[in-house]
Amino acid sequence: MTSPSRLSYYESTARARIAGLLEAGSFHEWLPASERLTSPHLATLGLPAAFDDGVIIGRGLIARKTIFIAAQEGGFMGGAVGEVHGAKLVGLLERAILDRPAAVLLLLETGGVRLQEANAGLIAVSEVMRAILAARAAGVPVIVAIGGQYGCFGGMGIAARCASTIIMSEEGRLALSGPEVIETACGVEEYDARDRALVWRTVGGKHRYLLGECDVIVPDSIVAFRQAITACIADGNDWSLAALDREHGLLRERVSRFDDCKDGRDIWHELGLGDPDGLAMLDNDEFIAAAHGHRANEL
Amino acid sequence: MEWKNVVEQMFPDGHEVCQDGDLIKGVACCGEHTVAVIGTTNHTDVGVELALALAAAVLAVIHDHPTRPIVFLVDTCGQRLRHRDELLGLNGYMAHLAKCVEMARGRGHPVISLVYEQALSGGFLANGMMSDVCAALPEAEIRVMGLAAMARVTRISEERLAALSLSSPVFAPGARNYLLMGGLAALWEGDLSVCLEDALKSVDISDRRRTLGRERGGRMLTDQVVQRVLASA
Repeated sequence: MTSPSRLSYYESTARARIAGLLEAGSFHEWLPASERLTSPHLATLGLPAAFDDGVIIGRGLIARKTIFIAAQEGGFMGGAVGEVHGAKLVGLLERAILDRPAAVLLLLETGGVRLQEANAGLIAVSEVMRAILAARAAGVPVIVAIGGQYGCFGGMGIAARCASTIIMSEEGRLALSGPEVIETACGVEEYDARDRALVWRTVGGKHRYLLGECDVIVPDSIVAFRQAITACIADGNDWSLAALDREHGLLRERVSRFDDCKDGRDIWHELGLGDPDGLAMLDNDEFIAAAHGHRANEL
Repeated sequence: MEWKNVVEQMFPDGHEVCQDGDLIKGVACCGEHTVAVIGTTNHTDVGVELALALAAAVLAVIHDHPTRPIVFLVDTCGQRLRHRDELLGLNGYMAHLAKCVEMARGRGHPVISLVYEQALSGGFLANGMMSDVCAALPEAEIRVMGLAAMARVTRISEERLAALSLSSPVFAPGARNYLLMGGLAALWEGDLSVCLEDALKSVDISDRRRTLGRERGGRMLTDQVVQRVLASA
């Protein structure tokens, strides 16, 4: 048996991630699969359903603190958000405003809106965004972890950036439109979705960390995610106009500074990282050391 | 409808709203209120620059005119589908815009949106769908994707999807479907200035969309599931 410290976050199921992150035996699930809460819209289309609609929610302990947790299961429809799935996330976040856990932890692995539930999925993602921001405005930190096989895309890529903190692994991917969507719409010259290195330099954890799109980067292990989450709970949640103004300045600076960059490599070069190609080879600690003082949000 | 016609009908007492590229910006009178008008036109896609410009407009209202109502005029074909925008983190720019709208709402700015032409997925999530009251003109086009594209993705025939759409608002595009599901507060018909005044009176900071969806019979489960989570032991 693999020891928990080696357990890959990337390769784990949603349930295994929860089990590995929380203190043993502390997880209490709400609306578990035994309640057989399935999507009526998938049934209408004659598609198979899941008794948890692809997301697990509940409460548990991390470092002796009560947190609320949700984990999307990429294995069910790529973690996409339908009506029930979205409502479970909204319920969790709204309950947090009442119950005041130390944080809400969202383990996101999702392609975004579940297209089979088109309109219901889009409204659900919007309700999740609003619920994340409502929790933050009420003073509850919302921490997002991204490191699963399906990445975090579509409207949920926007929702993720509404959180207080984002933790990613190098293997994690975060964006709005996925490479396949852009290739289909604009052609392979615009974005070659099969060029894995190009995709990684665009949406991968290291690029997102250098850009300031994620706050913390960790190696691909559940234990590493747990350590980062524990630290982020203590960091809290700055929901203020001053923080938004600061973010605005950084995003404006990013557009003007990297306007001519065609590739992640160009951006890393502009950031003063000596050997952009070498970054891919560095392990997590070496990468963090190399990135120190060079991240776009550190200027 | 052209944005100029919308603005003229919405603000018969006068307005100073101008177009700058695909961005619409200005102030207008609505009864005793001065309102900020922010929007997009030309069915534009929303890339990093436009998302940033919209966010800048919202932040300026928050800083310079506390509690001034904001009216969003929505016309977008969705997020920009470019490698370059994704490289720069378009999701982060969209989220920034959404956060600015949420900050405005929280600081007492009523935020009303009107989809007057088109609203599609990513471009819609960060502004129109963040507002207190989101309305549309009856002929406005609102969708995630068309039925043909959905048929390709889901591998369910377009004919079958079209048939299902007759009995469910979930699948097919259209403002009326979003109304039934609570995604829209209202369709605005008749005198747009009256519609806006009514909307400004009905502003509610909480997200009432799932209640509307249940009351209108178009989205029954969301409210029930949320209530069950809230009531669980």
